[in-house]
Amino acid sequence: MREDPDGELELTSALVPLFVIAKGRALPAENEYEHTTLVTARDDTSAAARTLSPEARTVMDLIADGFLSVAEVSGYTRLPLGIVRILLAQMAEDGLIFVRNPAPRAEQVDRELLNAVLDGLKTRFGA
Amino acid sequence: MYLDPTVSRSVKILVVGHFGVGKTTCIGSISEIEPLQTEEEITEASEGFDDLSGTPEKTTTTVAMDFGRLTLSDTLVLYLFGTPGQERFKEMWEGLARGALGALVVVDPERLHESFPVLDLVEQFGLTCAIGVNRFDGTPDYPLDEVREALNVSEQTPVVHCDVRDQDSSAQALITLVQHLMTRLGQP
Repeated sequence: MREDPDGELELTSALVPLFVIAKGRALPAENEYEHTTLVTARDDTSAAARTLSPEARTVMDLIADGFLSVAEVSGYTRLPLGIVRILLAQMAEDGLIFVRNPAPRAEQVDRELLNAVLDGLKTRFGA
Repeated sequence: MYLDPTVSRSVKILVVGHFGVGKTTCIGSISEIEPLQTEEEITEASEGFDDLSGTPEKTTTTVAMDFGRLTLSDTLVLYLFGTPGQERFKEMWEGLARGALGALVVVDPERLHESFPVLDLVEQFGLTCAIGVNRFDGTPDYPLDEVREALNVSEQTPVVHCDVRDQDSSAQALITLVQHLMTRLGQP
Protein backbone atom coordinates (compact mmCIF):
# COMPACT_ATOMS: atom_id res chain seq x y z
CA MET A 1 0.00 0.00 0.00
CA ARG A 2 1.12 3.56 -0.54
CA GLU A 3 2.73 5.29 2.37
CA ASP A 4 2.56 9.03 2.78
CA PRO A 5 5.05 10.57 0.33
CA ASP A 6 7.69 11.45 2.92
CA GLY A 7 7.53 8.07 4.58
CA GLU A 8 7.76 6.33 1.26
CA LEU A 9 10.97 8.11 0.30
CA GLU A 10 12.54 7.41 3.61
CA LEU A 11 11.44 3.82 3.90
CA THR A 12 11.64 2.34 0.47
CA SER A 13 13.92 4.34 -1.80
CA ALA A 14 16.78 1.99 -2.53
CA LEU A 15 20.41 3.10 -2.45
CA VAL A 16 20.89 1.07 -5.59
CA PRO A 17 18.28 1.47 -8.34
CA LEU A 18 16.39 -1.73 -9.07
CA PHE A 19 17.55 -1.90 -12.68
CA VAL A 20 21.13 -1.98 -11.43
CA ILE A 21 20.36 -4.88 -9.09
CA ALA A 22 18.70 -6.64 -12.00
CA LYS A 23 21.66 -5.73 -14.24
CA GLY A 24 19.19 -4.64 -16.87
CA ARG A 25 17.81 -8.15 -17.29
CA ALA A 26 14.17 -8.66 -18.14
CA LEU A 27 11.69 -10.64 -16.10
CA PRO A 28 11.62 -14.38 -16.72
CA ALA A 29 8.57 -15.88 -18.44
CA GLU A 30 5.36 -15.53 -16.45
CA ASN A 31 5.17 -19.20 -15.57
CA GLU A 32 8.75 -19.34 -14.30
CA TYR A 33 9.78 -18.53 -10.75
CA GLU A 34 6.20 -18.07 -9.62
CA HIS A 35 5.29 -17.21 -6.04
CA THR A 36 5.16 -20.87 -5.06
CA THR A 37 8.17 -22.16 -6.98
CA LEU A 38 10.58 -23.68 -4.43
CA VAL A 39 14.29 -22.90 -4.55
CA THR A 40 17.44 -23.83 -2.64
CA ALA A 41 21.15 -23.22 -3.17
CA ARG A 42 23.34 -26.03 -4.43
CA ASP A 43 26.20 -26.99 -2.14
CA ASP A 44 29.04 -27.02 -4.60
CA THR A 45 28.90 -23.47 -5.86
CA SER A 46 31.44 -21.49 -3.85
CA ALA A 47 33.58 -20.55 -6.85
CA ALA A 48 30.73 -19.28 -9.00
CA ALA A 49 29.01 -17.63 -6.05
CA ARG A 50 32.00 -15.40 -5.37
CA THR A 51 31.13 -13.11 -8.25
CA LEU A 52 27.53 -12.52 -7.19
CA SER A 53 26.07 -9.09 -6.59
CA PRO A 54 25.31 -8.25 -2.95
CA GLU A 55 21.60 -8.84 -3.52
CA ALA A 56 22.15 -12.19 -5.20
CA ARG A 57 24.51 -13.09 -2.37
CA THR A 58 21.77 -12.23 0.14
CA VAL A 59 19.39 -14.54 -1.69
CA MET A 60 22.00 -17.33 -1.86
CA ASP A 61 22.69 -17.04 1.87
CA LEU A 62 18.99 -17.17 2.66
CA ILE A 63 18.38 -20.35 0.68
CA ALA A 64 21.67 -22.02 1.59
CA ASP A 65 20.16 -24.37 4.16
CA GLY A 66 16.88 -25.46 2.67
CA PHE A 67 13.98 -24.89 0.31
CA LEU A 68 11.87 -21.74 0.43
CA SER A 69 9.26 -20.44 -1.99
CA VAL A 70 10.05 -17.49 -4.25
CA ALA A 71 7.48 -15.48 -2.26
CA GLU A 72 9.31 -16.25 0.99
CA VAL A 73 12.63 -15.20 -0.56
CA SER A 74 11.01 -11.88 -1.45
CA GLY A 75 9.44 -11.58 2.01
CA TYR A 76 12.61 -12.29 4.00
CA THR A 77 14.99 -10.26 1.82
CA ARG A 78 12.49 -7.43 1.36
CA LEU A 79 13.47 -7.35 -2.30
CA PRO A 80 10.56 -6.79 -4.70
CA LEU A 81 9.22 -10.00 -6.16
CA GLY A 82 10.21 -9.01 -9.71
CA ILE A 83 13.83 -8.50 -8.69
CA VAL A 84 13.91 -11.83 -6.85
CA ARG A 85 12.56 -13.59 -9.94
CA ILE A 86 15.23 -12.02 -12.16
CA LEU A 87 18.02 -12.89 -9.72
CA LEU A 88 16.82 -16.49 -9.36
CA ALA A 89 16.56 -16.97 -13.11
CA GLN A 90 20.16 -15.86 -13.50
CA MET A 91 21.29 -18.03 -10.59
CA ALA A 92 19.57 -21.05 -12.10
CA GLU A 93 21.28 -20.34 -15.42
CA ASP A 94 24.61 -20.24 -13.60
CA GLY A 95 23.86 -23.58 -11.97
CA LEU A 96 23.73 -22.16 -8.45
CA ILE A 97 20.28 -23.32 -7.34
CA PHE A 98 17.84 -26.20 -7.46
CA VAL A 99 14.29 -25.36 -8.53
CA ARG A 100 11.08 -27.26 -7.81
CA ASN A 101 8.13 -26.03 -9.83
CA PRO A 102 4.67 -25.80 -8.27
CA ALA A 103 1.90 -28.30 -8.89
CA PRO A 104 0.29 -27.89 -12.32
CA ARG A 105 -2.33 -25.32 -13.14
CA ALA A 106 -5.81 -25.53 -11.73
CA GLU A 107 -7.46 -27.09 -14.76
CA GLN A 108 -5.14 -30.06 -14.48
CA VAL A 109 -5.55 -30.53 -10.76
CA ASP A 110 -6.47 -34.12 -10.04
CA ARG A 111 -8.40 -35.84 -7.31
CA GLU A 112 -5.24 -37.24 -5.81
CA LEU A 113 -3.78 -33.77 -5.23
CA LEU A 114 -7.00 -32.35 -3.77
CA ASN A 115 -7.31 -35.40 -1.54
CA ALA A 116 -3.78 -34.78 -0.26
CA VAL A 117 -4.66 -31.14 0.46
CA LEU A 118 -7.88 -32.12 2.22
CA ASP A 119 -6.22 -34.85 4.28
CA GLY A 120 -3.43 -32.47 5.23
CA LEU A 121 -5.87 -29.81 6.43
CA LYS A 122 -7.91 -32.32 8.39
CA THR A 123 -4.80 -33.78 10.01
CA ARG A 124 -3.44 -30.36 10.93
CA PHE A 125 -6.66 -29.04 12.37
CA GLY A 126 -8.31 -32.21 13.63
CA ALA A 127 -11.45 -31.48 11.64
CA MET B 1 11.86 -21.50 8.58
CA TYR B 2 12.83 -23.93 5.83
CA LEU B 3 10.56 -26.47 4.26
CA ASP B 4 11.19 -30.12 5.02
CA PRO B 5 13.57 -31.40 2.35
CA THR B 6 11.00 -34.01 1.37
CA VAL B 7 8.49 -31.37 0.31
CA SER B 8 8.34 -31.58 -3.45
CA ARG B 9 4.99 -30.06 -4.33
CA SER B 10 3.53 -26.65 -3.61
CA VAL B 11 -0.03 -25.49 -4.08
CA LYS B 12 -1.72 -22.17 -3.42
CA ILE B 13 -5.11 -20.90 -2.43
CA LEU B 14 -6.03 -17.24 -2.63
CA VAL B 15 -7.71 -15.55 0.32
CA VAL B 16 -9.46 -12.62 -1.28
CA GLY B 17 -11.62 -9.78 -0.11
CA HIS B 18 -11.92 -6.04 0.07
CA PHE B 19 -9.70 -3.80 2.17
CA GLY B 20 -10.01 -4.44 5.91
CA VAL B 21 -12.21 -7.52 5.64
CA GLY B 22 -9.79 -9.75 7.53
CA LYS B 23 -7.70 -11.52 4.87
CA THR B 24 -4.44 -11.12 6.76
CA THR B 25 -6.02 -12.14 10.06
CA CYS B 26 -7.38 -15.25 8.39
CA ILE B 27 -3.98 -16.15 6.96
CA GLY B 28 -2.28 -15.41 10.28
CA SER B 29 -4.64 -17.68 12.17
CA ILE B 30 -3.68 -20.75 10.12
CA SER B 31 -0.15 -20.06 8.85
CA GLU B 32 2.77 -21.95 10.36
CA ILE B 33 5.07 -18.97 9.76
CA GLU B 34 4.56 -15.34 10.71
CA PRO B 35 2.79 -13.97 7.64
CA LEU B 36 5.27 -12.37 5.25
CA GLN B 37 4.83 -9.74 2.58
CA THR B 38 5.90 -9.58 -1.02
CA GLU B 39 6.17 -6.26 -2.76
CA GLU B 40 4.94 -6.24 -6.29
CA GLU B 41 4.84 -3.50 -8.84
CA ILE B 42 1.72 -2.81 -10.82
CA THR B 43 1.02 -0.16 -13.41
CA GLU B 44 -2.24 1.66 -13.37
CA ALA B 45 -3.98 4.53 -15.01
CA SER B 46 -3.98 7.02 -12.21
CA GLU B 47 -6.81 9.20 -13.48
CA GLY B 48 -10.00 8.74 -11.57
CA PHE B 49 -8.49 7.31 -8.43
CA ASP B 50 -8.86 9.69 -5.54
CA ASP B 51 -5.78 8.46 -3.70
CA LEU B 52 -3.45 9.41 -6.52
CA SER B 53 -2.49 12.83 -7.74
CA GLY B 54 -4.75 12.75 -10.77
CA THR B 55 -2.16 12.84 -13.52
CA PRO B 56 -3.53 10.98 -16.51
CA GLU B 57 -0.39 8.94 -17.25
CA LYS B 58 0.10 5.42 -16.10
CA THR B 59 2.00 5.17 -12.88
CA THR B 60 3.78 2.35 -11.15
CA THR B 61 2.59 1.49 -7.68
CA THR B 62 4.01 -0.96 -5.23
CA VAL B 63 1.49 -3.26 -3.64
CA ALA B 64 2.38 -5.26 -0.56
CA MET B 65 0.72 -8.62 -0.30
CA ASP B 66 0.55 -10.85 2.76
CA PHE B 67 0.94 -14.57 2.60
CA GLY B 68 1.31 -17.56 4.86
CA ARG B 69 2.40 -21.17 4.68
CA LEU B 70 1.06 -24.50 5.82
CA THR B 71 2.94 -27.77 5.40
CA LEU B 72 0.28 -30.39 4.72
CA SER B 73 2.34 -33.56 4.53
CA ASP B 74 5.89 -34.82 4.06
CA THR B 75 5.68 -33.89 0.42
CA LEU B 76 3.13 -31.10 0.10
CA VAL B 77 3.02 -27.44 1.13
CA LEU B 78 0.14 -24.98 0.82
CA TYR B 79 0.62 -21.24 0.46
CA LEU B 80 -2.17 -18.79 1.23
CA PHE B 81 -2.05 -15.44 -0.53
CA GLY B 82 -4.08 -12.51 0.68
CA THR B 83 -5.10 -10.81 -2.51
CA PRO B 84 -6.68 -7.36 -2.58
CA GLY B 85 -9.93 -7.29 -4.46
CA GLN B 86 -9.96 -3.93 -6.18
CA GLU B 87 -10.14 -3.96 -9.95
CA ARG B 88 -6.95 -1.92 -10.15
CA PHE B 89 -4.99 -4.82 -8.71
CA LYS B 90 -6.04 -7.06 -11.58
CA GLU B 91 -2.49 -7.19 -12.88
CA MET B 92 -1.39 -8.92 -9.69
CA TRP B 93 -4.17 -11.45 -10.01
CA GLU B 94 -2.73 -12.60 -13.35
CA GLY B 95 0.25 -14.16 -11.65
CA LEU B 96 -1.53 -15.24 -8.51
CA ALA B 97 -4.55 -16.87 -10.08
CA ARG B 98 -2.38 -18.97 -12.36
CA GLY B 99 -2.16 -22.38 -10.76
CA ALA B 100 -4.28 -21.46 -7.75
CA LEU B 101 -6.52 -24.29 -6.55
CA GLY B 102 -9.28 -21.84 -5.73
CA ALA B 103 -10.23 -18.81 -3.67
CA LEU B 104 -11.68 -18.26 -0.24
CA VAL B 105 -13.67 -15.04 -0.48
CA VAL B 106 -13.90 -13.32 2.90
CA VAL B 107 -16.92 -11.01 3.16
CA ASP B 108 -18.19 -8.59 5.76
CA PRO B 109 -21.96 -9.17 6.13
CA GLU B 110 -22.52 -5.48 6.85
CA ARG B 111 -20.61 -4.34 3.77
CA LEU B 112 -21.54 -6.96 1.21
CA HIS B 113 -21.61 -4.49 -1.67
CA GLU B 114 -17.87 -4.00 -1.26
CA SER B 115 -17.39 -7.64 -2.18
CA PHE B 116 -18.87 -7.27 -5.67
CA PRO B 117 -15.59 -6.20 -7.35
CA VAL B 118 -13.87 -9.12 -5.61
CA LEU B 119 -16.41 -11.65 -6.83
CA ASP B 120 -16.14 -10.13 -10.28
CA LEU B 121 -12.38 -10.78 -10.36
CA VAL B 122 -12.88 -14.32 -9.06
CA GLU B 123 -15.27 -14.87 -11.97
CA GLN B 124 -12.98 -13.23 -14.52
CA PHE B 125 -10.08 -15.46 -13.57
CA GLY B 126 -12.24 -18.56 -13.52
CA LEU B 127 -11.47 -19.40 -9.91
CA THR B 128 -13.68 -21.77 -7.97
CA CYS B 129 -14.52 -20.21 -4.64
CA ALA B 130 -16.20 -20.57 -1.29
CA ILE B 131 -17.57 -17.61 0.66
CA GLY B 132 -16.48 -17.11 4.27
CA VAL B 133 -18.80 -14.70 6.07
CA ASN B 134 -16.60 -13.07 8.68
CA ARG B 135 -17.90 -12.70 12.18
CA PHE B 136 -17.19 -9.33 13.71
CA ASP B 137 -17.52 -8.50 17.39
CA GLY B 138 -20.99 -7.39 18.35
CA THR B 139 -22.66 -8.32 15.09
CA PRO B 140 -25.20 -11.09 14.86
CA ASP B 141 -24.68 -14.10 12.62
CA TYR B 142 -26.35 -13.17 9.40
CA PRO B 143 -28.51 -15.88 7.84
CA LEU B 144 -26.32 -17.47 5.17
CA ASP B 145 -29.19 -17.67 2.70
CA GLU B 146 -29.58 -13.91 2.84
CA VAL B 147 -25.87 -13.42 2.27
CA ARG B 148 -25.96 -15.78 -0.68
CA GLU B 149 -28.87 -13.95 -2.18
CA ALA B 150 -27.32 -10.53 -1.64
CA LEU B 151 -24.07 -11.64 -3.24
CA ASN B 152 -25.89 -13.41 -6.05
CA VAL B 153 -23.57 -16.43 -6.06
CA SER B 154 -24.58 -19.79 -7.47
CA GLU B 155 -26.42 -22.44 -5.48
CA GLN B 156 -23.35 -24.67 -5.64
CA THR B 157 -20.97 -22.15 -4.10
CA PRO B 158 -20.55 -22.87 -0.38
CA VAL B 159 -21.33 -19.97 1.96
CA VAL B 160 -20.12 -20.51 5.53
CA HIS B 161 -19.60 -18.52 8.69
CA CYS B 162 -15.93 -17.90 9.35
CA ASP B 163 -14.37 -16.17 12.34
CA VAL B 164 -11.05 -15.25 10.75
CA ARG B 165 -9.39 -14.80 14.16
CA ASP B 166 -10.08 -18.39 15.03
CA GLN B 167 -7.78 -21.09 13.68
CA ASP B 168 -10.38 -23.85 13.57
CA SER B 169 -13.00 -21.63 12.00
CA SER B 170 -10.60 -20.42 9.29
CA ALA B 171 -9.38 -23.98 8.70
CA GLN B 172 -12.96 -25.22 8.39
CA ALA B 173 -13.66 -22.60 5.73
CA LEU B 174 -10.61 -23.80 3.79
CA ILE B 175 -11.72 -27.41 4.15
CA THR B 176 -15.14 -26.44 2.81
CA LEU B 177 -13.45 -24.84 -0.19
CA VAL B 178 -11.31 -27.90 -0.93
CA GLN B 179 -14.33 -30.22 -0.60
CA HIS B 180 -16.14 -27.96 -3.05
CA LEU B 181 -13.17 -28.13 -5.44
CA MET B 182 -13.44 -31.91 -5.37
CA THR B 183 -17.11 -31.84 -6.34
CA ARG B 184 -16.17 -29.58 -9.24
CA LEU B 185 -13.63 -32.02 -10.70
CA GLY B 186 -14.54 -33.03 -14.18
CA GLN B 187 -17.19 -30.36 -14.48
CA PRO B 188 -16.77 -27.49 -16.94
